[in-house]
Amino acid sequence: MVFANLSEKLQGAMKKLRGKGKVSQRDVKEVMREVKMALLEADVNFKVVKDFVKRVEEKAVGEEVLSSLTPGQQVVKIVQQELTALMGSEREDLNLTGEIPVVMLVGLQGAGKTTATAKLGNYLRKNGKKPLLVAADVYRPAAIDQLETLGKQTGIEVFSLGTKTTPRDICRGALSKARREGFEPVIIDTAGRLHINEEMMEELKDLKQAINPGEILLVADSMTGQDAVNLAESFNRDLGLTGVVLTKMDGDARGGAALSIKAVTSAPIKFVGVGEKADALEPFHPDRLASRILGMGDVLGLIEKSEASYDREQAKKMEQKLREASFTFDDFLEQLHQVREMGPLEDIIGMLPGMGNKKMLKNLQVDEKQLVYTEAIINSMTRKERQNPDIIDGSRRRRIALGSGTSSQEVNRLLKQFKEMKKMMKRFQKSGKSSMMKNPFPF
Amino acid sequence: MSILDKLKSGLAKTRQGIWKNTVGLFKGKVDEDFFEELEELLIQGDVGIKTTMELIEELKEIQGEKKLEGEELFTEFKNLLAGFLQSAPVELEKDQLNILLIVGVNGSGKTTSLAKLAHYFHEEKYAPLIVAGDTFRAAAIDQLKVWGERLNLPVIAQDPGSDPAAVCFDAREAALARGKNLLLVDTAGRLHTEKNLMEELKKIKRVLSKEESNLKTLLVLDATNGQNALEQARIFNESLTIDGIILTKLDGTAKGGIVFPLARELNLPVYKLGLGEGMEDLKPFDPTLFVEQLLGED
Repeated sequence: MVFANLSEKLQGAMKKLRGKGKVSQRDVKEVMREVKMALLEADVNFKVVKDFVKRVEEKAVGEEVLSSLTPGQQVVKIVQQELTALMGSEREDLNLTGEIPVVMLVGLQGAGKTTATAKLGNYLRKNGKKPLLVAADVYRPAAIDQLETLGKQTGIEVFSLGTKTTPRDICRGALSKARREGFEPVIIDTAGRLHINEEMMEELKDLKQAINPGEILLVADSMTGQDAVNLAESFNRDLGLTGVVLTKMDGDARGGAALSIKAVTSAPIKFVGVGEKADALEPFHPDRLASRILGMGDVLGLIEKSEASYDREQAKKMEQKLREASFTFDDFLEQLHQVREMGPLEDIIGMLPGMGNKKMLKNLQVDEKQLVYTEAIINSMTRKERQNPDIIDGSRRRRIALGSGTSSQEVNRLLKQFKEMKKMMKRFQKSGKSSMMKNPFPF
Repeated sequence: MSILDKLKSGLAKTRQGIWKNTVGLFKGKVDEDFFEELEELLIQGDVGIKTTMELIEELKEIQGEKKLEGEELFTEFKNLLAGFLQSAPVELEKDQLNILLIVGVNGSGKTTSLAKLAHYFHEEKYAPLIVAGDTFRAAAIDQLKVWGERLNLPVIAQDPGSDPAAVCFDAREAALARGKNLLLVDTAGRLHTEKNLMEELKKIKRVLSKEESNLKTLLVLDATNGQNALEQARIFNESLTIDGIILTKLDGTAKGGIVFPLARELNLPVYKLGLGEGMEDLKPFDPTLFVEQLLGED
């Protein structure tokens, strides 16, 4: 998980304070030194770290805190507050006003602009918009093909005029098409450029003037080091950024860039890229992330995630089935799919309070595989067997094991689990806790 | 432009700021504050905490023994830095099949670096064949084909979505059949944390090394990445054994300090530096020159 490292270190430092009945100035200083090191190792900008530590120390050593009943907790709270403030306290949405709202994506080479353009289009369409993607990167070989391919994959319209036209003309053309055909917003993919390349930065300024975008988003790699601040500052100075998209957050980036960029540009992080697929873009919630970093979990995020991938109609049907105890392996499979749609298990568990710890997550990749096996086993059953697992005898079991590439023991284990589950449901039913049945999973 | 000049102009922006301040620091008094400031500067230079601390300790020792200051201490410091580093022993020979396998995370600059390498070795009278091993990313194959046209070099590609290991196997056969002596293999970008994708790379390497050839695995790292680059290098190296690093995007304001922990903590040598967008802007890495330029005067 992103931030796992930082999270682990910060939690370690905080632990020293939490239970303490008495906290001295020296305790705070010592812990803050650890916090400082943890932040620096996470590539948070040096100056940002210094300010942060200073602010926390000032607040923490105030009389009120140290003489309170739970001084340790108080300091932890201050750290959380300041961490949240660093990333911007509240979620800020896209500004999509104006006759034709325009979102322009800018950034260094390789930050992930083209992918982010397609993902953003996909996200907005899911939210009821009719976006138009614009291929204005005329420099990188096949950048236009890439956006067009992504457009085809997601079924979103892409506007391009080849590489012989200037970005300015391409964007103008896109705007008039949008006006004619009712597209909005217009999302522009620009060529990657170094922030110190004056000529290329001029081109962006020129583009900004020509099309007046309501949103100029900096696409930045979450793995960026101490330089994050420089590049964000330059882009901000030249263009006036309205927000940031942080990419490649699905790695083990320590996330320092996320903490630094907002602090120096005051442009809020609006989205984060969390995978290679078109829907792997998530709105960013600073407060939730701060609490995740400190191991306090992100229950709100978890609920939203499950709601997004959970079909209400289906859930109702499922509940009905559970009530009648007619739950079959077919239904089980369906539920399995829904859980998997929520994203990697690793991410989901990282959102549970107290589970953000890296060590606890070490063996999870194996568990993900377990789901795949389970699915394979069910897929190898005949329809009859899925409806009525009791008919599965030794020979059927062997066939299923063979078909799914597992062993008879594994098939047995699943059958047993399924039986247990049904039993459990019956018990729930008796005690009338029907609402608990919505997710009757052993994990 | 000579390598030295290019290095100088390419690192011009990198030299500004923290490295310039480091040079300036050595002109002042050497006391506790001096070491503290040096520590801050090195951390800001992406040298990383661990290597910075060790560097400071060693410098303190040298300083304590010999009571050095100013220019003399600065020279010791530069020697200390250069002493960490080594250039990668990637040697090619024309009378055999050489294979360069290019790997790295998404967006680090694999395809562009590959094109530059192809150009360089073409000039050196090698007969390169380029393989589009990135069958995953949209239009990655097209991107490589455009490069092939620009460089007037053959590109072997199959359809998007095909098995990269199979593509590589075929390409290897093709290289031998066509009498090429350099196979440049592009691969799909992947985050080092994706275990399955790392396994895929291992398979590609296995396929390529089935029969004897001079196979070198090169990891492309984005110099603007911070300490995460170290994590990338560690895991790629564990999976594949990396022969050399190509450090890209050093012509921006990237700090470049990451080469020190790479050498010190992982013992990974640098092969080339990416210093600009031009075809000629991929330069060999020389430890002494690099340190001289990083900590040189304008």
